[in-house]
Amino acid sequence: MALLIQYTLIFSAVLILVALGGMFSERSGIINLGLEGIMVFGAMAGAMVMVLLPSDASKFTIVSLTIIAAALAGMASSLLIAVACIHFNADQTLIGTALNMLATASATVIVKAFNTARSNGSDFSAKLDYVRGHDAFMFSIGPLQLSWFVVVAAILLIVAIVMFYKTKFALRLRACGEHPQAAESVGISVYAMRYSGVIISGFLAGIGGIIYIAAANSTWHFDYGVAGAGFLSLAVMIFGQWKPERIAWSAVLFAVFRSLSNVYMGIGFLQALPISGTVYNIMPYVISLLVLAFTSKNSRAPKAEGIPYDKGQR
Amino acid sequence: MEEKTSIFRKPGFQTLLASILCAILGILLGYVILLLMNPAHAAEGMFAILRNFFKFAGNQKKLMSAMGSVLVKSVPVILCAEAILFAFKTGLFNIGCAGQYTVGIIASLYTALALHWNWILCVLAAILAGALWGCICGFFKAYCNVNEVIAGIMLNWIALYICNIILGDKTVMNTTKSETYAVKGSSLLPAFLSDFFGKNKYITIAVPLTIVIAIVILFVLGKTTFGYELKATGHSKDAAKYAGMNAKRNIILSLVISGAISGMAAGLYYLTGIEHYKIASSVPGMGFSGIAVAFLGGLHPIGTIFAGLFVTYITQGGQYLNTNYYNPQVADLMIAIIIYLCGFVLFFKTVMSKPVNKLGKPPKANANAEPNKPADDKTADKKEV
Repeated sequence: MALLIQYTLIFSAVLILVALGGMFSERSGIINLGLEGIMVFGAMAGAMVMVLLPSDASKFTIVSLTIIAAALAGMASSLLIAVACIHFNADQTLIGTALNMLATASATVIVKAFNTARSNGSDFSAKLDYVRGHDAFMFSIGPLQLSWFVVVAAILLIVAIVMFYKTKFALRLRACGEHPQAAESVGISVYAMRYSGVIISGFLAGIGGIIYIAAANSTWHFDYGVAGAGFLSLAVMIFGQWKPERIAWSAVLFAVFRSLSNVYMGIGFLQALPISGTVYNIMPYVISLLVLAFTSKNSRAPKAEGIPYDKGQR
Repeated sequence: MEEKTSIFRKPGFQTLLASILCAILGILLGYVILLLMNPAHAAEGMFAILRNFFKFAGNQKKLMSAMGSVLVKSVPVILCAEAILFAFKTGLFNIGCAGQYTVGIIASLYTALALHWNWILCVLAAILAGALWGCICGFFKAYCNVNEVIAGIMLNWIALYICNIILGDKTVMNTTKSETYAVKGSSLLPAFLSDFFGKNKYITIAVPLTIVIAIVILFVLGKTTFGYELKATGHSKDAAKYAGMNAKRNIILSLVISGAISGMAAGLYYLTGIEHYKIASSVPGMGFSGIAVAFLGGLHPIGTIFAGLFVTYITQGGQYLNTNYYNPQVADLMIAIIIYLCGFVLFFKTVMSKPVNKLGKPPKANANAEPNKPADDKTADKKEV
């Protein structure tokens, strides 16, 4: 049971952060389908920092540098979306898809080149080992092994909620997602708001990426990308109706099912049931599809999302 | 001078030019990446990718066989692109193509390996499975207002897990190698011009069939009332409803057809036997590559064929890289860059046609030139009633 809680916490941390990222981007009016790709970039940067840090680095240095690297990589890669979609009016779905492909391909190429260079040409794999970094993130409360990542995610969630409801900035951001022309008419820079929305999503998704690969594993094969976690987060975001506190609850719901597929072997009565682990994997998708079917009639999606901003339009 | 500008103002020519520009820019950026990774061998590496199978130029049989493999491998990606294009023309972004392709794999391989059906039935099963998956997505879109992108993404993952359960069965899967058995006998697609392509047995009727399908799509979308109705619904659901069209039916039909083409793509690829399905932890990338190819092909059914061939050519070219210096995924990276650049096509086109837009506004002129057609549709509908 402790294992189930552990996994649930980790998966919720990932889903909450990435879904919040998606929320900030969509609230500013840019659909961010590239979350998956941003996660890969964040994960790669974080993992490389953990590998490269000297063995006598303190736990605090490892934790903070890894998270900073992941966040920076996420923000940098989100600029690829921001520039194309905000300045060049590119199709947002296409750019997101392109970023996902770009991320997996370049992560594979970079990590392979990195491994080849480090091993003097004997290691061609796209795999990074970071046992030491993984251990640095762990601490225990009683029987429960926790990760600093979960704490970071919790803090960021609170910050996001306060920011979303209590600041002028968020109000302006939301205005740009609902009616950018109206926002512009009262002196808000739509471009600046959309850039900040996308970059915040890069920041959060980058950290989400490193948590996804480092909190429960100590090695990662980068040719797999992040195996759909970014898309699952999009589902969480919609399930949470673009509101931070509802996103948090739906992330926990999704995480429980995701964890069940990992740990159901260890839970007596679940193992006795004639259900394969794959079924638990399907559950979050089926549930969210059905819930969406019942709730989408009056969807709270930002009105202007997906539409390139045209100053001249009325 | 006068003539030259008029060529540049033609939208078709602009699209072609923009796509070629994307491809060239992508290749140049690919070269920069090769330079960054290993400056000494970059030129050699780029040459290997671009020369591709022509390195067998001296050996006629090997050359044709390698060219044949590129053709076979481009079939699914072209068909997926056609599926996405079809939906896109009707105003729907069918990202669920990947899932429809996956259920196509389930249906074709299960009927071929477990039930030993004839190839026609196997392909039909794949088409039906894809259509069903598209139908589910369309149903959610039409009746519950669920965004087709989101529903598509969910259905992709559901399809993947179902695929791993069904094809993980012992009758279909060689569990020691964790890949499906080879497709045999009457389940294999009949060969086509296989002698011409250096006895490459994977060249099947799938190749000519792909071209036929592209032409059919071109015809249906451009020349039929049915295609016009689908496009009108995509343009404005409410206006279509007002004009007497059944908007909900049209949305579902678009996705059913798109899904059917995606399912067929899987059938026409896996039933050649060139590749075995392996248990995967992520959705097959074919549907996503299809998005890319559709946009690179300028969202034109025939342009898509060339874009698909180009993308497959480059991807396969990665295999000819010297693995001491580079890894084959560099080719994938180049494709991803090209697709990213495709996002800027609209921008390239605006730059090229700026003087026209200021004066004449061609899109509006087009819209005005077409009122004959909806009038025809209305009368046609009334007759039916």
